[in-house]
Amino acid sequence: MPEPASGHTQHADQLLDSTLESVDVGEALVLRTARDLGMDEDTQHRVGISVREALVNAVAHGNRYNVRKKVHFVVESDPETLTIRIEDEGDGFHEASVPDPTDAANIMRHSGRGLLMMRAFMDVVDYQPRVPTGTSVRMVKSLRPAEAGA
Amino acid sequence: MSLQLNTRQVGDVTVLDASGKVTLGEGSAQFREKIKDLLNAGNKKILVNMADITYIDSSGLGELVSAFTSVANAGGAMKLLNLGKRVEDLLQITKLYTVFETFTEEPAAVRSFA
Repeated sequence: MPEPASGHTQHADQLLDSTLESVDVGEALVLRTARDLGMDEDTQHRVGISVREALVNAVAHGNRYNVRKKVHFVVESDPETLTIRIEDEGDGFHEASVPDPTDAANIMRHSGRGLLMMRAFMDVVDYQPRVPTGTSVRMVKSLRPAEAGA
Repeated sequence: MSLQLNTRQVGDVTVLDASGKVTLGEGSAQFREKIKDLLNAGNKKILVNMADITYIDSSGLGELVSAFTSVANAGGAMKLLNLGKRVEDLLQITKLYTVFETFTEEPAAVRSFA
Protein backbone atom coordinates (compact mmCIF):
# COMPACT_ATOMS: atom_id res chain seq x y z
CA MET A 1 0.00 0.00 0.00
CA PRO A 2 1.35 3.46 -0.87
CA GLU A 3 3.06 5.40 1.90
CA PRO A 4 3.72 9.00 0.91
CA ALA A 5 6.58 10.97 2.43
CA SER A 6 4.15 12.72 4.79
CA GLY A 7 3.92 9.53 6.86
CA HIS A 8 0.33 8.92 5.83
CA THR A 9 -0.66 5.43 4.78
CA GLN A 10 -3.43 5.13 2.24
CA HIS A 11 -5.60 2.07 2.86
CA ALA A 12 -8.22 2.77 0.20
CA ASP A 13 -8.97 5.24 -2.57
CA GLN A 14 -11.93 3.80 -4.48
CA LEU A 15 -14.93 4.80 -6.51
CA LEU A 16 -17.85 2.76 -5.20
CA ASP A 17 -21.16 2.11 -6.90
CA SER A 18 -24.24 3.67 -5.31
CA THR A 19 -25.48 0.40 -3.84
CA LEU A 20 -25.97 -1.09 -0.41
CA GLU A 21 -23.34 -3.68 -1.32
CA SER A 22 -20.84 -0.82 -1.45
CA VAL A 23 -21.80 0.05 2.12
CA ASP A 24 -20.87 -3.46 3.23
CA VAL A 25 -17.62 -3.35 1.24
CA GLY A 26 -16.57 -0.02 2.71
CA GLU A 27 -17.46 -0.99 6.24
CA ALA A 28 -15.57 -4.27 5.99
CA LEU A 29 -12.49 -2.49 4.67
CA VAL A 30 -12.53 0.03 7.52
CA LEU A 31 -13.08 -2.68 10.11
CA ARG A 32 -10.01 -4.53 8.82
CA THR A 33 -7.99 -1.33 8.84
CA ALA A 34 -9.09 -0.39 12.36
CA ARG A 35 -8.17 -3.86 13.59
CA ASP A 36 -4.78 -3.74 11.86
CA LEU A 37 -4.10 -0.34 13.44
CA GLY A 38 -4.64 -1.87 16.88
CA MET A 39 -8.03 -0.43 17.81
CA ASP A 40 -9.94 -2.45 20.40
CA GLU A 41 -13.12 -4.27 19.37
CA ASP A 42 -15.54 -1.64 20.71
CA THR A 43 -13.68 1.12 18.89
CA GLN A 44 -13.59 -0.94 15.70
CA HIS A 45 -17.38 -1.32 16.00
CA ARG A 46 -17.87 2.43 16.55
CA VAL A 47 -15.72 3.34 13.57
CA GLY A 48 -17.41 0.68 11.44
CA ILE A 49 -20.94 1.82 12.24
CA SER A 50 -19.96 5.47 11.59
CA VAL A 51 -18.66 4.53 8.16
CA ARG A 52 -21.83 2.52 7.50
CA GLU A 53 -23.98 5.52 8.38
CA ALA A 54 -21.92 7.89 6.23
CA LEU A 55 -21.90 5.50 3.27
CA VAL A 56 -25.66 4.95 3.53
CA ASN A 57 -26.10 8.73 3.51
CA ALA A 58 -23.91 9.01 0.39
CA VAL A 59 -25.49 6.08 -1.47
CA ALA A 60 -29.13 6.55 -0.49
CA HIS A 61 -29.61 10.24 0.32
CA GLY A 62 -26.80 11.76 -1.74
CA ASN A 63 -26.63 9.69 -4.91
CA ARG A 64 -30.14 8.22 -4.48
CA TYR A 65 -28.91 4.83 -5.73
CA ASN A 66 -28.22 6.41 -9.15
CA VAL A 67 -26.12 3.90 -11.10
CA ARG A 68 -24.34 6.73 -12.93
CA LYS A 69 -23.14 8.34 -9.70
CA LYS A 70 -20.21 7.09 -7.66
CA VAL A 71 -19.08 7.40 -4.08
CA HIS A 72 -15.43 8.36 -3.60
CA PHE A 73 -14.14 6.45 -0.59
CA VAL A 74 -10.76 7.23 0.95
CA VAL A 75 -9.23 5.66 4.05
CA GLU A 76 -5.87 6.78 5.35
CA SER A 77 -3.93 6.84 8.57
CA ASP A 78 -0.92 8.40 10.18
CA PRO A 79 0.65 7.46 13.50
CA GLU A 80 -1.97 9.53 15.35
CA THR A 81 -5.25 9.13 13.49
CA LEU A 82 -7.46 7.14 11.16
CA THR A 83 -9.23 9.37 8.62
CA ILE A 84 -12.10 8.39 6.33
CA ARG A 85 -13.41 10.61 3.55
CA ILE A 86 -16.66 9.83 1.75
CA GLU A 87 -17.84 11.96 -1.17
CA ASP A 88 -21.09 11.72 -3.09
CA GLU A 89 -22.42 13.39 -6.22
CA GLY A 90 -25.76 14.39 -4.79
CA ASP A 91 -27.53 17.73 -4.52
CA GLY A 92 -25.68 18.75 -1.38
CA PHE A 93 -26.32 18.46 2.32
CA HIS A 94 -27.01 21.15 4.89
CA GLU A 95 -26.37 19.88 8.37
CA ALA A 96 -28.51 22.63 9.86
CA SER A 97 -31.50 21.17 8.05
CA VAL A 98 -31.28 17.91 10.03
CA PRO A 99 -33.66 18.08 12.98
CA ASP A 100 -32.25 17.10 16.38
CA PRO A 101 -33.39 13.46 16.66
CA THR A 102 -33.17 13.57 20.46
CA ASP A 103 -35.67 16.43 20.69
CA ALA A 104 -39.03 15.32 22.05
CA ALA A 105 -40.69 16.55 18.86
CA ASN A 106 -38.52 14.25 16.73
CA ILE A 107 -37.75 11.28 18.96
CA MET A 108 -40.41 9.07 17.34
CA ARG A 109 -39.21 9.75 13.81
CA HIS A 110 -38.14 6.73 11.81
CA SER A 111 -34.91 8.25 10.50
CA GLY A 112 -32.39 10.99 11.16
CA ARG A 113 -30.12 9.41 13.80
CA GLY A 114 -27.11 8.51 11.64
CA LEU A 115 -25.26 11.80 11.97
CA LEU A 116 -25.81 11.83 15.73
CA MET A 117 -24.24 8.36 15.96
CA MET A 118 -21.29 9.40 13.77
CA ARG A 119 -20.63 12.41 15.98
CA ALA A 120 -20.87 10.29 19.13
CA PHE A 121 -18.43 7.67 17.87
CA MET A 122 -15.83 9.67 15.92
CA ASP A 123 -13.54 12.45 17.17
CA VAL A 124 -14.11 14.69 14.15
CA VAL A 125 -16.99 14.74 11.66
CA ASP A 126 -17.13 17.60 9.20
CA TYR A 127 -19.00 18.22 5.97
CA GLN A 128 -17.88 20.21 2.97
CA PRO A 129 -19.72 20.91 -0.28
CA ARG A 130 -18.12 19.49 -3.42
CA VAL A 131 -17.71 21.34 -6.71
CA PRO A 132 -19.72 21.22 -8.91
CA THR A 133 -22.10 19.16 -6.78
CA GLY A 134 -22.18 16.74 -3.92
CA THR A 135 -20.99 16.47 -0.36
CA SER A 136 -17.74 15.37 1.24
CA VAL A 137 -17.71 14.10 4.80
CA ARG A 138 -14.46 13.62 6.70
CA MET A 139 -14.34 11.52 9.85
CA VAL A 140 -11.32 11.18 12.09
CA LYS A 141 -10.64 8.78 14.95
CA SER A 142 -7.64 9.07 17.21
CA LEU A 143 -5.42 6.02 17.47
CA ARG A 144 -4.50 6.95 21.02
CA PRO A 145 -6.85 5.09 23.40
CA ALA A 146 -6.69 7.82 26.08
CA GLU A 147 -7.97 10.32 23.54
CA ALA A 148 -10.42 7.97 21.87
CA GLY A 149 -13.47 9.55 23.50
CA ALA A 150 -16.62 7.54 22.79
CA MET B 1 -25.25 -13.12 10.12
CA SER B 2 -28.60 -11.90 8.83
CA LEU B 3 -31.55 -11.41 11.12
CA GLN B 4 -33.29 -14.45 12.59
CA LEU B 5 -36.68 -14.01 14.23
CA ASN B 6 -38.43 -16.68 16.29
CA THR B 7 -41.55 -16.27 18.35
CA ARG B 8 -42.75 -18.08 21.45
CA GLN B 9 -45.72 -17.49 23.68
CA VAL B 10 -45.36 -16.89 27.42
CA GLY B 11 -48.93 -16.52 28.68
CA ASP B 12 -50.45 -13.77 26.59
CA VAL B 13 -47.07 -12.22 25.83
CA THR B 14 -45.36 -12.95 22.53
CA VAL B 15 -41.60 -13.13 22.96
CA LEU B 16 -39.76 -12.34 19.75
CA ASP B 17 -36.26 -13.81 19.96
CA ALA B 18 -34.12 -11.79 17.56
CA SER B 19 -30.59 -12.66 16.57
CA GLY B 20 -28.13 -11.24 14.05
CA LYS B 21 -28.09 -7.85 12.36
CA VAL B 22 -30.78 -5.21 11.97
CA THR B 23 -29.48 -2.90 9.26
CA LEU B 24 -30.80 -1.06 6.22
CA GLY B 25 -31.78 -3.45 3.47
CA GLU B 26 -31.15 -6.53 5.55
CA GLY B 27 -32.90 -7.02 8.87
CA SER B 28 -34.96 -3.85 8.92
CA ALA B 29 -37.64 -4.90 6.44
CA GLN B 30 -37.77 -8.37 7.93
CA PHE B 31 -38.37 -6.98 11.41
CA ARG B 32 -41.11 -4.68 10.10
CA GLU B 33 -42.92 -7.57 8.39
CA LYS B 34 -42.70 -9.73 11.50
CA ILE B 35 -44.26 -7.07 13.70
CA LYS B 36 -47.00 -6.55 11.10
CA ASP B 37 -47.71 -10.28 11.04
CA LEU B 38 -47.87 -10.48 14.82
CA LEU B 39 -50.31 -7.57 14.99
CA ASN B 40 -52.45 -9.05 12.22
CA ALA B 41 -52.58 -12.29 14.19
CA GLY B 42 -53.83 -10.37 17.23
CA ASN B 43 -50.61 -10.47 19.23
CA LYS B 44 -50.40 -7.08 20.86
CA LYS B 45 -48.11 -7.73 23.82
CA ILE B 46 -44.70 -8.08 22.26
CA LEU B 47 -41.42 -8.54 24.09
CA VAL B 48 -38.40 -8.28 21.79
CA ASN B 49 -35.50 -10.32 23.16
CA MET B 50 -32.37 -8.56 21.87
CA ALA B 51 -29.85 -10.85 23.59
CA ASP B 52 -28.41 -12.16 20.34
CA ILE B 53 -28.58 -8.97 18.28
CA THR B 54 -25.00 -8.44 17.17
CA TYR B 55 -25.40 -5.22 15.24
CA ILE B 56 -27.96 -2.48 14.76
CA ASP B 57 -27.61 0.72 12.73
CA SER B 58 -29.73 3.88 12.61
CA SER B 59 -32.11 2.21 10.20
CA GLY B 60 -32.55 -0.66 12.63
CA LEU B 61 -33.22 1.79 15.45
CA GLY B 62 -35.78 3.45 13.20
CA GLU B 63 -37.51 0.12 12.72
CA LEU B 64 -37.70 -0.40 16.48
CA VAL B 65 -39.31 3.03 16.84
CA SER B 66 -41.77 2.36 14.01
CA ALA B 67 -42.65 -1.03 15.48
CA PHE B 68 -43.19 0.55 18.88
CA THR B 69 -45.58 3.07 17.31
CA SER B 70 -47.43 0.43 15.27
CA VAL B 71 -47.97 -1.78 18.30
CA ALA B 72 -49.08 1.16 20.44
CA ASN B 73 -51.49 2.34 17.72
CA ALA B 74 -52.98 -1.15 17.69
CA GLY B 75 -53.67 -0.83 21.40
CA GLY B 76 -50.74 -2.98 22.47
CA ALA B 77 -47.28 -2.60 23.91
CA MET B 78 -43.78 -3.48 22.74
CA LYS B 79 -40.92 -3.75 25.21
CA LEU B 80 -37.26 -4.74 24.96
CA LEU B 81 -35.39 -7.48 26.80
CA ASN B 82 -31.68 -8.21 27.26
CA LEU B 83 -30.05 -5.30 25.47
CA GLY B 84 -26.39 -5.84 24.75
CA LYS B 85 -23.96 -3.10 25.69
CA ARG B 86 -23.72 -1.78 22.14
CA VAL B 87 -27.48 -1.51 21.69
CA GLU B 88 -27.78 0.06 25.13
CA ASP B 89 -25.13 2.62 24.16
CA LEU B 90 -27.12 3.50 21.04
CA LEU B 91 -30.32 3.95 23.04
CA GLN B 92 -28.41 6.30 25.37
CA ILE B 93 -26.88 8.33 22.54
CA THR B 94 -30.19 8.67 20.73
CA LYS B 95 -32.18 9.08 23.98
CA LEU B 96 -34.45 6.27 22.85
CA TYR B 97 -34.13 4.90 26.37
CA THR B 98 -36.84 7.48 27.12
CA VAL B 99 -39.15 5.69 24.68
CA PHE B 100 -38.57 2.00 25.30
CA GLU B 101 -39.26 0.09 28.48
CA THR B 102 -36.32 -2.29 28.87
CA PHE B 103 -35.72 -5.33 31.04
CA THR B 104 -32.87 -7.64 31.95
CA GLU B 105 -35.04 -10.50 33.30
CA GLU B 106 -37.70 -12.17 31.18
CA PRO B 107 -40.12 -13.05 34.01
CA ALA B 108 -40.19 -9.43 35.18
CA ALA B 109 -40.66 -8.26 31.62
CA VAL B 110 -43.57 -10.66 31.06
CA ARG B 111 -45.22 -9.66 34.34
CA SER B 112 -44.99 -5.98 33.35
CA PHE B 113 -47.56 -6.52 30.58
CA ALA B 114 -50.25 -7.56 33.08
